[in-house]
Amino acid sequence: MKEDWLRDDRLPHIYCAGCGNGTVMNCVLEAVGMTGWDQNKTVFLSGIGCSSRAPGYIYADSLHTTHGRAIAFATGVKLADPSLHVVVFTGDGDLAAIGGNHFIHACRRNIDITVVCMNNHIYGMTGGQGSPTTPLGKTSTTTPYGAEEVPFDLAELAVAAGANYVARWTSFHVKQLTDAVYTGLITPGFSLIEVRCQCPTSYGRRNKYREPVDYVQYLKTHAILKEKWERTSSAGEELPVDSFLVGEFVRRHRPIMGASHEA
Amino acid sequence: MQGNIASAEGALAAGCTFFAGYPITPSTEVAEHMASRMPKIKGTCFIQMEDEIASMAAIIGAAWTGARSMTATSGPGFSLMMENIGYAVMTETPCVVVNIQRGGPSTGQPTMAAQGDMMQVRFGSHGDYSVIALSPSSVQECFDLTAKAFNLADRFRSPVFLMADEVVGHMREKIEIPDHVEIIRPKPLVDGVLPFAPGRDKIPGFAPFGSGRHIPVTGLTHDERGYPDTTNPARHDALVRRLVAKIEDARHEIADYTIVNEDASYIYVCYGAPVRSVREVVERQKIPDTGYLQLRIVWPFPEDLLNRFHNVRAFIVPEMNLGMIAREIERHVKVPVLSVSKLGGDLHTPEDLVQAVRMAEERS
Repeated sequence: MKEDWLRDDRLPHIYCAGCGNGTVMNCVLEAVGMTGWDQNKTVFLSGIGCSSRAPGYIYADSLHTTHGRAIAFATGVKLADPSLHVVVFTGDGDLAAIGGNHFIHACRRNIDITVVCMNNHIYGMTGGQGSPTTPLGKTSTTTPYGAEEVPFDLAELAVAAGANYVARWTSFHVKQLTDAVYTGLITPGFSLIEVRCQCPTSYGRRNKYREPVDYVQYLKTHAILKEKWERTSSAGEELPVDSFLVGEFVRRHRPIMGASHEA
Repeated sequence: MQGNIASAEGALAAGCTFFAGYPITPSTEVAEHMASRMPKIKGTCFIQMEDEIASMAAIIGAAWTGARSMTATSGPGFSLMMENIGYAVMTETPCVVVNIQRGGPSTGQPTMAAQGDMMQVRFGSHGDYSVIALSPSSVQECFDLTAKAFNLADRFRSPVFLMADEVVGHMREKIEIPDHVEIIRPKPLVDGVLPFAPGRDKIPGFAPFGSGRHIPVTGLTHDERGYPDTTNPARHDALVRRLVAKIEDARHEIADYTIVNEDASYIYVCYGAPVRSVREVVERQKIPDTGYLQLRIVWPFPEDLLNRFHNVRAFIVPEMNLGMIAREIERHVKVPVLSVSKLGGDLHTPEDLVQAVRMAEERS
């Protein structure tokens, strides 16, 4: 099934050895396969960056658009033809920096698309500059003495802006990630699946995660299940240093835009 | 009817089914009229986007589903659209952009007319490319040329621009709405032919998303399959030259113009609102021995038309900018070209144009 969605003659891909993007793509295609969607009626879009090369490797109609604008293009595709299934691949720089405005407005409109954000905390394609999700103190080519800006929490941002489904997983949690993407795909309205993933070349190398497995190990040990944290922590308790929540952040039924006539 | 509303009605008559826009003076009535009309027309969609960058993006996305799509804006919004206009050029996406020009640079004069974006429309996005730009001088032409813009966009697989101005956009005139508007859709993509393989007309066939062709569309330099190929100089050279040639080679065939008094010694070359002052001077014979060329398609520039004026001693070019098209004319002719610039929003008076002829007479 999944293999049918791969554009074989575009391989090999451009991703570095140890990159997390391939894992994420794999999970997304697995989830798309689970939906039973017609390959002729499914469109993949992306902006610019490593993550945004993904649609080019998928055998379907696709728009590899301008930096940060994929969601605005996707809005046009979905509203003009609601019978199409629309999936957007993006990265942390693409989604949260240059595309931040389109992102929050698509959440507000609750347009019926699914956005998968490969959040590796860095601009990988341009060689490792700091992004809006680079954690405090982490080094990049534009934060050589450590990042001084407080990063965005993409999942919380999407919840606040109005998305119907928001989840966060990592490139380690492939089963949970696949299930979350599947849920996002079949949930009417805007879905964001944030995926924390490794970039050994541009992020790991400068932040003591030189081997790909080093960062995957970090993701495994520092991801705290949201549900469990809410059950066990006391009110106002801070997360342990360097930890982050994973799981489902919201699933709801606000009014949506761009629903398929078939639905 | 108002010019801006005529433009919206022209689009609807041409079968426009998707409009994305953002409020901006003096173009807002186009969006407002679409917002009022489209919900009553089955299968159409109006959306107010978060900015003009997103508006341009949305109409390109809609165009790939096969919709006829349009946005409308003015100078500051037009500047924001430049990025995705380049994307529409590179991906050969048919779409229509209405620009109701106002005084610039920057925020400038939101409520006053200008023609200051005539070079921006031609060269504003990065890289080499070519586009089609139409310029209406009346409310009737707002209707007719907007409808025509969709056919040109589909035929040439290119963004097409209606470069109107605040005077024409806000003017009210009686118009005649035709019973039938000719609609020419893109040449379909034939089975077995690659999605970016051009025909003899240098234009590829079109297959909308959802038709099972699985087309990868990218703003990167690409081959005929649509696959990125960014470091092959010959590939990029051939692609960019084709994108330019498909439009420039057709410049005389698609030329849309009016010529009056071809044998006169002094010829006004004009487009948009200044056409009205020129007509007043020439048709009412405020000064003898004058004629005019009105361009309804300004880009691609049909320079052969300038050779039609065998007795011409000078071309006089009234524009509401500092001589943008005058410069284009200058590089094609040997006789003097006199630019008559008007900035600030006022139209040229007939007296301004008569004066210009007197100046040209003195010089020659």
